[in-house]
Amino acid sequence: MNPGRCAACRHLRRKCPPDCIFIPHFPPNVPQLFVSVHRIYGASNVAKLLQQLPLHLRADAAESLCLEAQYRIEDPVYGCVGLISLLQQQILDAEKQLAKTRAEIAFLKSQAAQHPQAAALRGNLSDNAADLSFSDHHQSFCG
Amino acid sequence: MGDIPTSPDIIFRCKGSPLAAAIKSAGISFPLPKSGLILVGEQTNILLKHTQLIHLRGKVKMASSSSYNSPCAACKLLRRKCMPGCIFAPYFPPEEPQKFVNVHKIFGASNVTKLLNELLPHQREDAVNSLAFEAEARVRDPVYGCVGAITFLQRQVQKLQKELDAANADLIRFACNDIPTALPQAPGTSSFQPLTPRNRLAEFNRRIGNEGGGFYQVPGALPYSFPWNDASPGDINDGGEGGM
Repeated sequence: MNPGRCAACRHLRRKCPPDCIFIPHFPPNVPQLFVSVHRIYGASNVAKLLQQLPLHLRADAAESLCLEAQYRIEDPVYGCVGLISLLQQQILDAEKQLAKTRAEIAFLKSQAAQHPQAAALRGNLSDNAADLSFSDHHQSFCG
Repeated sequence: MGDIPTSPDIIFRCKGSPLAAAIKSAGISFPLPKSGLILVGEQTNILLKHTQLIHLRGKVKMASSSSYNSPCAACKLLRRKCMPGCIFAPYFPPEEPQKFVNVHKIFGASNVTKLLNELLPHQREDAVNSLAFEAEARVRDPVYGCVGAITFLQRQVQKLQKELDAANADLIRFACNDIPTALPQAPGTSSFQPLTPRNRLAEFNRRIGNEGGGFYQVPGALPYSFPWNDASPGDINDGGEGGM
């Protein structure tokens, strides 16, 4: 048994040639990486994908393939597309929240511009006591 | 009846919300966000294309070689007889040959068969569409594939988180009528929690971010630039309904 075989050749139970395309990206101490990639893509597809890339890009490609394969194993229906969808939804929610907050700020600014004396009075009052009603409002606003 | 989306919008439903259920409800109402969004350009069009095809078909139509006397796209490519129980036939109609070409190139027909056989029948369409999406993303960006999109979206999430924190701090300041600026801003005052990336993805993102990479375009293959980093901040401010 050749102790220098990469994880791919170990899994495939074959000799690991010196120019094996998998050696740099699937070290023998992390066998699970190749197992997941082989399960989803197949060794020959991965080899073809890596071969068509310049050398300096293969590490990133192998790593992204591993990530996608792991996502697909964890979620066989949606894979990493489920994560993309989740992130998009989070972004939508954040945009809405941001728009609401900015609208509130604009409203308060306009109020302060229209009633500067009232705003100054409010400021004096808040120096003396905690503004509990605002805290409640903010908590419920933030949700 | 809901309108078929005409702008690049979020189409794929969240995990746990099967696309099939979304399609069924799409006939009634499918409140999609109208804002020009995160996945701009071609990637969004890929999502849009898949879902528009589903919408245009109305309810899920099962293309069957026995009904149409025409082999499915998979059997055509594989040059074999398309049997009545062909597992690919419902999802790879002959009118969409490129879909299977991409899936076969990246995953291979036998791997797709195994994946589909492990799923329940009602899950298979969503699985095929997500595989087709991943395959197309990988064809267009052989280095990063979908991970490029994930990286880009996570950066957007972080950017929005910062903006939201700053806006909430401003809100508190205005509401209390200008708290002295010496007071520290409350960090993380928003209730919005970004998705925590897995350690591996986070490390990968840091590495490709630092090295300035993020996508790789097949030289000379496409007439357009890959748009992951081209989202205009102005798009964020378009309002719209989101989710279902």
